[in-house]
Amino acid sequence: MATKDAPVTNPMIDPLTGEYRVIAPGHTFKSVTDKVSRIVLTTHTPLGWWFGFLVAGGFVCMLMTAVTWLFVKGVGIWAITIPVAWGFAIINFVWWIGIGHAGTLISAILLLFKQGWRNSINRFAEAMTIFAVMCAGMFPVLHLGRPWLGYWLFPYPNSMNYWPQFRSPLMWDVFAVSTYATISVVFWYMGMIPDLATMRDRAQSRFAQFMYGLVSLGWRGSVRHWVRYETASILLAGLATPLVLSVHSVISLDFAVAFMPGWHTTIFPPYFVAGAIYSGFAMVLTLAIPIRKFYHLEDLITIRHIDNCGKVMLATGMIVAYGYSSEVFMAWYSASHWEYFMMWNRMFGPMGWSYWTLITCNIALPQLMWLRKYRTNIGLMFLMSLIVNTGMWFERFVIVVTSLSRDFLPSSWGTYRATRWDYMTFAGTLGFFTFMFFLFIRFLPMIPMSELRLMLPGAKVREKAEPHSTGTPVPEAGD
Amino acid sequence: MPLPEGVYCLMAEFETPTDLVRAAQAAHKAGYRRMDCYTPYPVEEAAEAIGFHRDEVSLVCLLGGLLGLAAMFGLETWINVWAFPLNIAGRPYFSWPAFCVPAYEWTILYAGLSACFGMLALNGLPKPYHPVFNAANFRNGASSDKFFLCIEATDPKFELADSRTFLQAQSPLSVVEVEY
Repeated sequence: MATKDAPVTNPMIDPLTGEYRVIAPGHTFKSVTDKVSRIVLTTHTPLGWWFGFLVAGGFVCMLMTAVTWLFVKGVGIWAITIPVAWGFAIINFVWWIGIGHAGTLISAILLLFKQGWRNSINRFAEAMTIFAVMCAGMFPVLHLGRPWLGYWLFPYPNSMNYWPQFRSPLMWDVFAVSTYATISVVFWYMGMIPDLATMRDRAQSRFAQFMYGLVSLGWRGSVRHWVRYETASILLAGLATPLVLSVHSVISLDFAVAFMPGWHTTIFPPYFVAGAIYSGFAMVLTLAIPIRKFYHLEDLITIRHIDNCGKVMLATGMIVAYGYSSEVFMAWYSASHWEYFMMWNRMFGPMGWSYWTLITCNIALPQLMWLRKYRTNIGLMFLMSLIVNTGMWFERFVIVVTSLSRDFLPSSWGTYRATRWDYMTFAGTLGFFTFMFFLFIRFLPMIPMSELRLMLPGAKVREKAEPHSTGTPVPEAGD
Repeated sequence: MPLPEGVYCLMAEFETPTDLVRAAQAAHKAGYRRMDCYTPYPVEEAAEAIGFHRDEVSLVCLLGGLLGLAAMFGLETWINVWAFPLNIAGRPYFSWPAFCVPAYEWTILYAGLSACFGMLALNGLPKPYHPVFNAANFRNGASSDKFFLCIEATDPKFELADSRTFLQAQSPLSVVEVEY
């Protein structure tokens, strides 16, 4: 790789490969454990944490206000109407679920591909998944109109003698999203058990010892336990991989199964999944860059991670670009009047500005990431992550609003203008996500220590060890 | 059941995984079987050395997955064919391609839950109290940077003095008796 881009004297560059190191040199089992656990076990909460926590908490209050008013008045306070009956609720649902996907990709797919660099970012990427799915899950339930009857979605014996209809993608969604949320929580918690045991052993206060002792389930690091634990991790990774691909595919079927122009297309499942991972990696960077700076974790979350996230974003961004061009091509090639008009309306209709925002944010600007110089520029990558997430939000906006607002009959055309309650709910979920994240980094180890130890020099068992001074014969490995 | 008393095990502490694996191999060769290693991260070689090769987590996971598949596919069929048949645009009541999607999700759900809870159950967790925690050096090191080999007192070959001499010969950092 292009070592000449950076000075060779940089200790963060491995002279053998020319790549940035995954962990800064000089770390030991103890230093890694100390660095990560101290963030949580310190009695001193940084002032900056309080500031961020309170600001995010303010947004959560705004969310509560918006939701309370929604319960009082009904969904009429949102801008959803006929023809645009989906509006912000579904845009935000799809956007949030998509953000979650990168967490599973990092924790599961990169584990299967033995990408060791993922280890330092996988815990908080998984936490991001869980909080994003929480935010996502709110929207369809609030959108129900009578959210307190949300449990009607599930098949259960009831006095109305009524059962769900399993031929609808909306019903598939219920199972896809609830499975995704459950498996993400299980994977995240299971991965944290050994680290919670570390916290239990290092905690000073009785209360912390008791609480971490409770949640670490008495983990003691027996190698028999580790073997089963590793099997379970690989199995969960193998299960989460097809799961994550299915979740956004099923969500895209909510659109693709309908015969609305601009929705009824087979490219939707792959391009939704790629878009999901694209926005998710952007969110990983949005979170990782300030956190590594604030908690001085530059040794553990290195330039290598940022560089690699940039590469993944570039790759998935190109898949998404292919999806957009395929849509344009098919609109022309189908020779369908309705498809042709839909595409013209998207680009040059009254909402055309949103289409061009999306193209700029998702395709044009990210091309900068071809150059390593830009991928390793932290400030620029932070900006890029915000740009991509904005672009991905507009992608969902374009899909939902432009297709619905002008369908087959001009007499039924309409427009869409979000109300302040829409904006408050959306901003409120952003605050809720941040709020949960602040709690997470304060109370749980955000970097998996047990997995980082594996990557340190000295973690491997050396086969050809020198014979013992005591003269004990050294048996062959195995039994 | 009366609480067990006396010595639970002899515990040797090691600085590196290589020392631990070497000692575990020697102990296995010397005929010890009821023993365990404790490490701060997975060390597969140590499990091999004490003769632990297979685990049943995969089987539990497979059975869970099959159960989930059968449960959801059966539920969908029963609901949409017998319990609540609905004519949706003339599609057959038994629309198995559509039923595959939730059945697929539940396969993953059950398999994943089985893998996690099966692993915990096979490991005998949660178990907040265990005699090894009585050793002070264990609590300091086992979950961060030290490696431990325990020869349990229930091993037929276990003799307090002999076993201690044996462990001392493996050049550990320390050897301690662990009480119940």
